[in-house]
Amino acid sequence: MSEDRKNTTLGNDFEAARDTWQDAYAKHLPNEKPRRNRSGIEVKPLYTPEDWSPDDYMPDLGFPGAAPFTRGIYPTMHRGRSWTQRQLIGLATPEDYNARMRRIVDTGATALSMIPCNSVYRGYDIDEVDIEVLGTCGTTINTIEDMETCLEGVPIGDMSVALNDPSPFTLLAFLLGVANRRDIPWSRISGTSNQSDYISHYVANHMFFRLALGGARRVFVDHVQFANERLPMWNPVSVVGQHMQQSGATPAEAMAFTLASAIQYAEDCQARGLDVDTFLPRFTFFFDISISFFEEIAKFRAGRRIWARLAKERLGATDPRAWRFKFHAQTSGVDLTRQQPLNNIARTTAQAIAGILGGLQSMHTDAYDEVLSTPTEAAAKIAIQTQNILREEAGLTDVIDPLGGSYYVEALTDQMEEKILAAFDEIDAAGGMFAAVSSGLVQDKLGESSLDFQRRVESGEQTIVGVNAYTDNEPVPVTPLERPEREAMEAQIAKLKTFKAERSNADVEKALAAMARACSDEGLNVFEALVAAAEVGATHGEMCACLRDELGFGQPLIAA
Amino acid sequence: MNTVEASQSSDIPTAVAGLSRPPKVMVTKIGLDGHDRGSRLVASFLRDAGMEVIYTGPWQQVETVVNQAAQEDVDCVGVSSLATDHLLVPKLMRALADAGLDDVIVIVGGIVPDDEEQMLKEAGVAQVFHPGCSRADIVDGIAELIVERRKKLGE
Repeated sequence: MSEDRKNTTLGNDFEAARDTWQDAYAKHLPNEKPRRNRSGIEVKPLYTPEDWSPDDYMPDLGFPGAAPFTRGIYPTMHRGRSWTQRQLIGLATPEDYNARMRRIVDTGATALSMIPCNSVYRGYDIDEVDIEVLGTCGTTINTIEDMETCLEGVPIGDMSVALNDPSPFTLLAFLLGVANRRDIPWSRISGTSNQSDYISHYVANHMFFRLALGGARRVFVDHVQFANERLPMWNPVSVVGQHMQQSGATPAEAMAFTLASAIQYAEDCQARGLDVDTFLPRFTFFFDISISFFEEIAKFRAGRRIWARLAKERLGATDPRAWRFKFHAQTSGVDLTRQQPLNNIARTTAQAIAGILGGLQSMHTDAYDEVLSTPTEAAAKIAIQTQNILREEAGLTDVIDPLGGSYYVEALTDQMEEKILAAFDEIDAAGGMFAAVSSGLVQDKLGESSLDFQRRVESGEQTIVGVNAYTDNEPVPVTPLERPEREAMEAQIAKLKTFKAERSNADVEKALAAMARACSDEGLNVFEALVAAAEVGATHGEMCACLRDELGFGQPLIAA
Repeated sequence: MNTVEASQSSDIPTAVAGLSRPPKVMVTKIGLDGHDRGSRLVASFLRDAGMEVIYTGPWQQVETVVNQAAQEDVDCVGVSSLATDHLLVPKLMRALADAGLDDVIVIVGGIVPDDEEQMLKEAGVAQVFHPGCSRADIVDGIAELIVERRKKLGE
């Protein structure tokens, strides 16, 4: 609250009425405990012009599509263009993925997403890991041929492609190789390197490919530079607050750490000599939406405002597109419960509304059975229809930033901004995000916040319906679940062996040697060498192994 | 094996007070997934309850877990799984048996579908803890299993 505002005279009527209300409130609820949101901000029972005044409208809010973008990054927001419904898809074999993807393309989808198997995340080929877990969480893609199978009949030059593709971005390399085979110019390849945020992987879910932090940093900047120069429609960076919040960060901390990572990445690119107005407009963000409804809305509004300022003032971007805080968001799986699982549909709905009112550009709604298993197709359909109902039936897109001007939402946005900036400054003081995760500072904070939340659940301060309140003894319904058949995975491994036998091993060795050389020569681009290696038949595991040898092997900091 | 019912109210220090040495539990993740929020929380629950905890972090190999379980002489191995790595637990059970560690209690926590819970129980897993279990469910459940194990060992 600014000093000016405190001095604003709202008149004697206001003060008298306020005092009357305060007395009445205190009489009815004399011993009320303070309520705090997940970020620790005390939430009052009522907000008035004393908490936020339209005098601050222009500096704090402005208009949609103009700095500071509090009310949205585009002039028309969801009236002009709805958010993208981007559901994650990852299925056992490339053939399975292709069959599902073609059904989706047939329904008119213009965006596709790809989730690889955890073996891919970890940097291995499928013949290097336990067969039991292959293809249970995503598609087994190890070679350019696998990618070609995944995308058979899919018009990749006309689609936005979201690859869950952590450093060193082998899936993108395979995609570019497939484009070459089809004579599709790379200038038409559009989409995002999701999971490019190696820092979030390092601290939050450890799903990166075990390259040491410093090596990941090198490959990251090479990949951004490559996209800058060769892939005009590709967004090489997605900074992932979702990982932070899922692993325990409060909403304010998740936003702060994400902004700190984005600054780290941008400053690393600037140190390389890249032009901020070229690379920064292609930074995107990815957040969690918890069920803490107003807090999430305020988080997104505050995040937009802070980013606009950082991009302009700290990074020196002059292109307004670089100030826009474009984000995808996913409803939070942590809030879902195994008990009474259909309740999760209600939770996801509330989370999704918060995301929409928070002004997101793209959304994934969780299936209600996610907490039981890998989602079933039926549950995934309800998740998509939830989005359609909210958009088409509930009128949520009629008005831009409909909560703007609410005394509560504006005051909360200001308070969240303060909280976020305090956490951000702490990271800055520790030398920036790279230093802060190397020392374990961020990991400690995630651990503390995660424990703190758990304590709130245990004490009953945080109600979870069906878990610590309104419980029943109904058994959790059994969900039939299809795991990939062992034979299918054995066939896939055999296919990989055949692929290796039929390619030119001399070419592959040469290409891997070139990758290794690039690693030790700052003047060369590791990702460019990797794209060339993928094209001549190097496998995902071989390329990751090469980089592990050259750039060091990463391990998470272990703390419990 | 699965006769111990988790209780909300039992007194942990009392349950383990009579033991000659504190319960020793390895909290680990085997396989490919790295999501460790659950395992870290459970490790701190057990520590708070006076147990000795060996926390390995994610990405462990079955062989490494077996070797460490033997060296550290643990009462219990707790495997945390979010993304299907519980499918490797039968392999872990066989490897423990091969190493003569049949008496080590194995529990699993995380996202485990019901039909696969049955499969884990048949493989000898003592208990599966699902999302939403309280601290007391987990701590008491493990403490009682360990007290029972120590009794069998004559400690």
